[in-house]
Amino acid sequence: MLTAIVFLPLAVAVVLLPVPARAPRRLFVWSWILTAAVDLALVIVAWLRFRPSGGMQFTERVPWIPQAGISYHVGVDGLSLPLVAMSAVLFLAVAIYSLSETRRPKAYVILFLFLQTVCLGLFVAQDLILFFLFFDLSIVGMFFVIAGWGHGPARRHAALQFFLYTLSGSLVLLLGFIGLSLAAARPTFDMVELTAANPLAGRGVYAGLVLLAIGLGLAIKTPTFPVHTWLPPAHTDAPATGSAILAGVMLKMGTYGFVRIAMPMLPDAWRRYALIAVVVGVVSVVYGALVALAQTNVKRMIAYTSVNHMGYILLALGAAGAVAGDHAAARELAVTGAVTQMVSHGLLTGALFLLTGVLWDRRQTYRMDAYSGLAAITPVFAGATAVAAFGSLGIPGLSGFVAEFQIFTGSLATEPVATGIALLGILITAALFLRALQQIFLGPLHIPAAGAFPDLRPAEILSVLPLLALSVIIGIAPRFLLDVIEPASRVLIGLVAR
Amino acid sequence: VNENVDALLPEAFLAGAAVVGLLAGSWLRRDRQWLVGLLVTAACLAGIAAAAATLAGGRAYLVFSDVFAIDTVTGIGRIIVLAAVPLVICLSIDAVRGDKRETEYYVLLALSATGTLAMVGAADLLMLFAGFLLTSIAAYALAGFAKDRLSMEASLKYYLIGALCGVVMLAGIALLYAAGGSTGYAALRAQLPDASHALTALGVIGVLAGLLFKSGAVPAHFWVPDVTDGTPSPIAAFLTTVPKIGALIGMYRFAHQALPTSGVDWPLLLAVLATASMTLGNLAAFFQTSAQRLLAYSTISQVGYLLIPIAVADGRQSLLFYLAGYAVTNLGAFAVVACLPQDTPIAGYRGLFTRQPAVAISLLVCLLGLVGTPPTAVFIGKLEVFTAAVDGRYTWLAVVAAVNTVASLFYYLRWLVPVFQTAPGDAEPPRAVRWPRVAAYSAAAASIVLGVAAAALLPAGGPTLP
Repeated sequence: MLTAIVFLPLAVAVVLLPVPARAPRRLFVWSWILTAAVDLALVIVAWLRFRPSGGMQFTERVPWIPQAGISYHVGVDGLSLPLVAMSAVLFLAVAIYSLSETRRPKAYVILFLFLQTVCLGLFVAQDLILFFLFFDLSIVGMFFVIAGWGHGPARRHAALQFFLYTLSGSLVLLLGFIGLSLAAARPTFDMVELTAANPLAGRGVYAGLVLLAIGLGLAIKTPTFPVHTWLPPAHTDAPATGSAILAGVMLKMGTYGFVRIAMPMLPDAWRRYALIAVVVGVVSVVYGALVALAQTNVKRMIAYTSVNHMGYILLALGAAGAVAGDHAAARELAVTGAVTQMVSHGLLTGALFLLTGVLWDRRQTYRMDAYSGLAAITPVFAGATAVAAFGSLGIPGLSGFVAEFQIFTGSLATEPVATGIALLGILITAALFLRALQQIFLGPLHIPAAGAFPDLRPAEILSVLPLLALSVIIGIAPRFLLDVIEPASRVLIGLVAR
Repeated sequence: VNENVDALLPEAFLAGAAVVGLLAGSWLRRDRQWLVGLLVTAACLAGIAAAAATLAGGRAYLVFSDVFAIDTVTGIGRIIVLAAVPLVICLSIDAVRGDKRETEYYVLLALSATGTLAMVGAADLLMLFAGFLLTSIAAYALAGFAKDRLSMEASLKYYLIGALCGVVMLAGIALLYAAGGSTGYAALRAQLPDASHALTALGVIGVLAGLLFKSGAVPAHFWVPDVTDGTPSPIAAFLTTVPKIGALIGMYRFAHQALPTSGVDWPLLLAVLATASMTLGNLAAFFQTSAQRLLAYSTISQVGYLLIPIAVADGRQSLLFYLAGYAVTNLGAFAVVACLPQDTPIAGYRGLFTRQPAVAISLLVCLLGLVGTPPTAVFIGKLEVFTAAVDGRYTWLAVVAAVNTVASLFYYLRWLVPVFQTAPGDAEPPRAVRWPRVAAYSAAAASIVLGVAAAALLPAGGPTLP
């Protein structure tokens, strides 16, 4: 089941390879849309058959390199299934949005199908080497997306910076994985076995170093302050679809790594150094928000809000590791909030990046002060952007509120000061989103260059509105999601408290 | 006494091809001399078949007055050498085609590889030394093959250091003979516990000097940068890959079959030398501007990793797998260098991805392979080496190797960065080379296949002589 979900896009990509690039553009994009839709249908089937309290499910395991303890092992639980589903939704949205892509459609579609396999594969991987492989291949895929379909003269440079930065991070991560594996009685890379064995229990400095390597590798990908500097240029120069996948799916690889690898496999070390995660999280929250406030480029601004949003996740995960007192319920709430935030951020930021792509498509600039009063001529565009922005800043009724409310309530019990500071982040993001909305959509009409500025096209509406609708559904009736996440966070809290 | 000639078929094929090729080369027209290359390739392929058949037999025994061991280590070592030689020939074709000494080039390759095979199987110090000489003499000639100033200098330096190390090695053999009363590994193993410790220790150091020279490890590494940078890339590829296989497997056999009872702490010596090779190679590679010189220092640091499995108790499997992975990956990197004009500096790789995307991807695979990223072969090799080191109570060595691996990323990336940058305006058209590209693609593919299919290919066990 999972193997089919993961490798279906890659199989389609292989089928498309021999098709001549001169074939009609729509052929490629429609095969991708169809593939993404089938894949999403498969994920929904898996979701319906998933038993929330059943732990790891749909597992498949085939020995790969048994001498080194490496196997092809996949499975989903309540932490990964929501992310798999969110990725499948986002890829379908991006596929629909790509109907307007005219540059080298064959290579473009094949690249995104490859990325889809890689992203889905990462969230279901239950072997560290498999995880690492998907982690690295996602970097390679995104490099080509930014370098090949980005815009702006500096796109090659931005792509290269992104590639080198995250690749170096991934190698540090690999080093941590090897350190973790060698500590086990019999070297293995199996996540389930390593989680059960807790091989570094009581190995003070060694465990700290392994956590440092893994934490640094994941922090670069997340990204958190101070290793976030690759993110703004990569986003600014990436195409809208690339940005949506990069922010929506690929940033989650880092935060997911924390809940899947760092916390359950290194519980001692995580508890000991939880304060570092809290501090880094809070600094990311405030710094990300402040720098976002100073941006004039709307896409760069959204990129920095991602740093801010990822900071909340890290704060929650750090708070979940703090052992002071007996706040199991609160810590569980924090973890659930963190996972919900990953899903919510994927949907909302994905939507926001697709919407800013509309600005570039119409007028080739992201400068906020170039636009004003757009609401008058593009009501749908303005409405959709407003909903996405409000969701992103955490207005009740949207998914961002559910996530952030749980994060703050959960973290307040163990980390009151940090949580208090992080609340500032919400205020600043509210200010910056309102300012951006006011600048672009309200006031007297002004658009750069003359000519029509059409409202959202059907393909754009069809790609963005489902994302917003899902966010509203999660905001109003979150139980279907929380029921899946909560048992898994309970298990995680149990593992961290070992 | 077992004098079963069948057991030495791979060596016989290659030596026979060298002799026949030399004779045939005198009669062949200039434009047909490539047939000699074909002959050597065919001999290698036949040798692989013979070696695989022997390996499948699953026996371990000594032949020819107990000087040559036929076992799993020999079998796999032979296959690695015999697979590397055709790859080198493939990446040389364009460089030597039409050269008036084309035949001699292929014959020298075959002779040097035959010597390597002799070192791989040697179970006697004199056999080891005979292999060392055969490899080296052909290699000196190869180093000077281009006959220009740089390659003459390289050849002379190579020869002088080689002659010195060879003499030291011979002296070491004499001392061990004096101490143990024999040059055979089995006899030495039996006699050395009773021998003079000082004599044994000096003898061991002498023998290691020769083998360290051949493998290009610190402190006998001074020839590596000059030879690699001063010779055409196909020859540099050969000299930094093939003789190393023989020297390292020869060292493994010498250490684990002749010395375990000697009382000399050679594991610690090798561990220190491994650390020095890794670290010095890396430090020197950091700021190189020439691609071939950078690769030269990279091979020095790679030898450091390869010394680790020799130093620890149970490193056989990791040594063989790392050697196989290193051979294809290193040859792949040199094949990419051979695709560009000779002596292209690293800056000259700017925009390679735009001009020749497939070659650039091959370079990416090979260089990241040398760093050791999954799913390439060297990754599995490094993983096995780290595991063997930790299991063998050399955790500090594994840590040093890991730190060096991270550091090595820096200079490999320094090379990769320009490859993916935009090309300068007046980009010259790609050079019309075909075969180095074939070699680069095959090596990159082989590096990934070896890594992905490692489970099936890791030498699972098989008999080795004690």
